[in-house]
Amino acid sequence: MIEWLTAASWSPYLVGAGIGVLIWTAFLLSDRHLGCSTAYSKTAGMIELAISRQKTVSMPYYRKIPATIDWQWMLVVGTIIGSALSEYLSGSWRVSMIPPLFEQSFGADEHLRQAVALAGGILMGLGARWADGCTSGHGISGTLQLSLASWIAVICFFAAGIIAAGLIYGFSFL
Amino acid sequence: MVFDKIRSGKRAQKALGLLSGLVFGFLLQKGGLTEYDVILGQLLLTDFTVVKVMLSAILVGMVGVFVMRWKGLVRLQIKPGSIGSTALGGIIFGVGFAILGYCPGTAAAAFGAGAIDALVGMIGMVIGAGIFARLYPVLDRLILNWGAFHADTLPELIGLKPEIVAAVTAVLILGLLYLLAAQGL
Repeated sequence: MIEWLTAASWSPYLVGAGIGVLIWTAFLLSDRHLGCSTAYSKTAGMIELAISRQKTVSMPYYRKIPATIDWQWMLVVGTIIGSALSEYLSGSWRVSMIPPLFEQSFGADEHLRQAVALAGGILMGLGARWADGCTSGHGISGTLQLSLASWIAVICFFAAGIIAAGLIYGFSFL
Repeated sequence: MVFDKIRSGKRAQKALGLLSGLVFGFLLQKGGLTEYDVILGQLLLTDFTVVKVMLSAILVGMVGVFVMRWKGLVRLQIKPGSIGSTALGGIIFGVGFAILGYCPGTAAAAFGAGAIDALVGMIGMVIGAGIFARLYPVLDRLILNWGAFHADTLPELIGLKPEIVAAVTAVLILGLLYLLAAQGL
């Protein structure tokens, strides 16, 4: 059991099956699907609330998605802690500034990577709310319910992602 | 319903969310999905870990959710979509996905694993979500409802029973996973 928890990695099939079972519990115990991107809207709403309470409560989007700490927000907090725990148990937790692939192509400038990550994050946050879901909400939880919007969303995520990644690093299959 | 009490308990739900996140983050890290290189590898079609994890999760999740629904224990959570919202938003998301190299869930997990660029990405996502909330009234009026889909689910679209479409989807996923393994990907 201990060796299992401290292993550096598990089979992707096992990890996927585990996420599948986690989705059963979300449906059964919380009457929800498992999605992460709503939490980012809630955080944005909390910041807006701190700046101007009156204005924020009148914004239509925060009436639709209230800026409160709930199951979905705690899910993302838990995700941070769970991953830290897993990495710590495998004895490999460390602070890292630049992913190896990025460094190989664009050099070791930490600020460049951070500027790129910020720009990518802004687009992703915008896109996730625009499409009303992300890789977990649409990509896994929605597709498994055979939702048409979710299958179209996940096709768009990967089609645009594959083209954009190819433009950045070159298309491996050309 | 048996689970109504726990479903409506605010504190219980926060605790369950945290617990679900702990398991989710643990699994994402063990699956290698906290690494930028693995996610970009998927988008560059050189590493199929992300697709293997997602397809396995869809397969197992689908079987359980459809059995529980058949038993009357759960209800589906289906969102309607449109070209203006789902497709356009999906394309913006996909471009951000390739630039950031993490998605909303895996960015949180990568930050937990020590990646500072993932934290910066999370801050970006909060800003992006905030921009969307500001633009929402205009987008909702002009773009989001454009080209609304005529069906909410694949079974409705095809005109077959959900159980049959689920069974066919399960077989297709197994076939796809087998093909990936057979190709040594």
